[in-house]
Amino acid sequence: MNTASANETYNYKVVRQFAIMTVVWGIVGMAVGVLIAAQLVWPDLNTQYPWFHFGRLRPLHTNAVIFAFGGSALFATSYYAVQRTTQARLFSDGLAAFTFWGWQLVILLAAITLPLGITSAKEYAELEWPIDILIAVVWVSYAIVFFGTIMKRKMKHIYVANWFFGAFIITVAVLHIGNSLAVPVHFAKSYSIYPGAIDAMIQWWYGHNAVGFFLTAGFLGIMYYFVPKQAERPVYSYRLSIVHFWALISIYIWAGPHHLHYSALPNWAQSAGMVMSLVLLAPSWGGMINGMMTLSGAWHKLRTDPVLRFLVVSLSFYGMSTFEGPMMSIKTVNALSHNTDWTIGHVHSGALGWVAMVSIGALYHLIPRLYGLTAMYSSNLVNIHFWLSTIGTVLYIASMWVNGIMQGLMWRAVNADGTLTYSFVEALNASYPGYMVRALGGFIFLAGMFLMAYNVYKTITQKEAVAIDGVAQTA
Amino acid sequence: MDINTVRGIITIVVTVAFIGIVLWAYSAKRKSNFDEAANLPFQDDETDARSIQESGTNKS
Ligand code: HEM
Ligand code: HEM
Repeated sequence: MNTASANETYNYKVVRQFAIMTVVWGIVGMAVGVLIAAQLVWPDLNTQYPWFHFGRLRPLHTNAVIFAFGGSALFATSYYAVQRTTQARLFSDGLAAFTFWGWQLVILLAAITLPLGITSAKEYAELEWPIDILIAVVWVSYAIVFFGTIMKRKMKHIYVANWFFGAFIITVAVLHIGNSLAVPVHFAKSYSIYPGAIDAMIQWWYGHNAVGFFLTAGFLGIMYYFVPKQAERPVYSYRLSIVHFWALISIYIWAGPHHLHYSALPNWAQSAGMVMSLVLLAPSWGGMINGMMTLSGAWHKLRTDPVLRFLVVSLSFYGMSTFEGPMMSIKTVNALSHNTDWTIGHVHSGALGWVAMVSIGALYHLIPRLYGLTAMYSSNLVNIHFWLSTIGTVLYIASMWVNGIMQGLMWRAVNADGTLTYSFVEALNASYPGYMVRALGGFIFLAGMFLMAYNVYKTITQKEAVAIDGVAQTA
Repeated sequence: MDINTVRGIITIVVTVAFIGIVLWAYSAKRKSNFDEAANLPFQDDETDARSIQESGTNKS
């Protein structure tokens, strides 16, 4: 190392802040999820106050879990991984602190405006234009901090995790700015500049790539750093990681039209979207295989290390949801699945099984290391959390598959004389058991998050570097 | 130009690009480079130890 770096340290403060807020926003976002799941079982929970109505809390749930929980996890892990793999301190402490406080302000404003009913009505982009501008400013600062750090690196290579984080940061900036262009009427109302079917296309170009770059590329960055670290071996194939990186980012952009099958979108665009979605299976599984095979020769570690179990099971759910997605993109399958609970099940097999579980696993690796420890306060609690998450996710998605296919079949059933066999309410009634099971699964998942909060608290405040049960300490 | 000619050209360009990336990534010349890159997360890191020490969060 050269002399200039002799006293250099990393900026772990901002990483700690984001890591802790990930747990906090995870609990908040999933608690709202459990509440809206309960509202679908017991409509009386909507209360007489409009602020607690399902229609206003649903976007609060999606914003809180995706942008507050998932976003904080991505900030924390990317700021950590980029410093460790470049051996350079974050480009600017001031700007990094600004991204933390700016992002928290965005979340706070979302939590106030959405229940008040202030919304642009574009899914996953509901926030009104003043907040959109704040998001854009924070995001550009994030890009400057991240890429500035990469430019300070001491070695030739840029580690593959940083490629994924970098692609995620750039693409989300482009998507957010492109999709949010609007004409303000006053400070809390605006209208999209895009008309009709074009607006729909832009919306799902944004929406699908929010899935592809926010919920996938960013979390693959997490996978490429934290799976090798936790397994203590380099990634299975660095070459595969390069091929699947370029394939993934160049194909995702074209898959958005699968959200608009049988709509006013031109037919050729729908078919193009369907084909691209089918092709997307290959690079997605390239990533999954690369992560899983990193454990080859070290599978026995799964028996003793619950953190690794979180990471590996998250990859299985990633593989599952990226198999399910291309299937649902086939127009004839989508004719059955669209607008049913099947979509909701698909969403949460990605969201709970992949996004939440890979983040939780990464945090269990990260948090002790930020405080000079090698493992969490209690490995036992991590293990219990693992089982709660897995059971919760399975209950959620299995009930939604049953509900979704049943709804699809009931909606399309026709009598010999051409009339509908079932009214909508009959299909709704038949969905109640599934809604109960989903609410239960969500509650179990949320319970695990509370265990995590306790374990994190004990880890941070404990006086000595010994985990109480010391299981993973020696691994 | 006919739209189908454009489609044909794009298909060829994308296929060539993909094959190019695969050949590039899997060429024997780059093996040692990639092995080095794959080990970046495991370099000895004094800066990490120093950062923990300085922020006074070290528990050991
Ligand atoms: C305790 C855990 C959770 C529960 C109980 C839960 C529950 C729900 C419910 C009831 C809905 C509305 C479904 C409907 O309208 O029929 C929903 C939607 C959604 N949730 Fe969750 N959720 C949870 C966790 C998460 C997480 C961690 C994420 C993302 C990382 C997530 C992302 C979404 C998205 C994107 C939607 C909208 C789906 C669509 O429009 O198709 N959820 N959730
Ligand atoms: C190869 C990968 C994937 C493909 C081709 C794919 C395809 C699809 C399809 C066809 C739909 C249903 C559209 C509709 O009928 O309305 C859908 C919905 C959705 N998927 Fe995926 N999916 C993939 C992976 C994922 C992953 C990994 C996640 C989450 C982490 C995810 C999150 C979502 C969300 C949030 C929606 C609901 C959008 C909405 O209507 O609000 N997808 N996806």
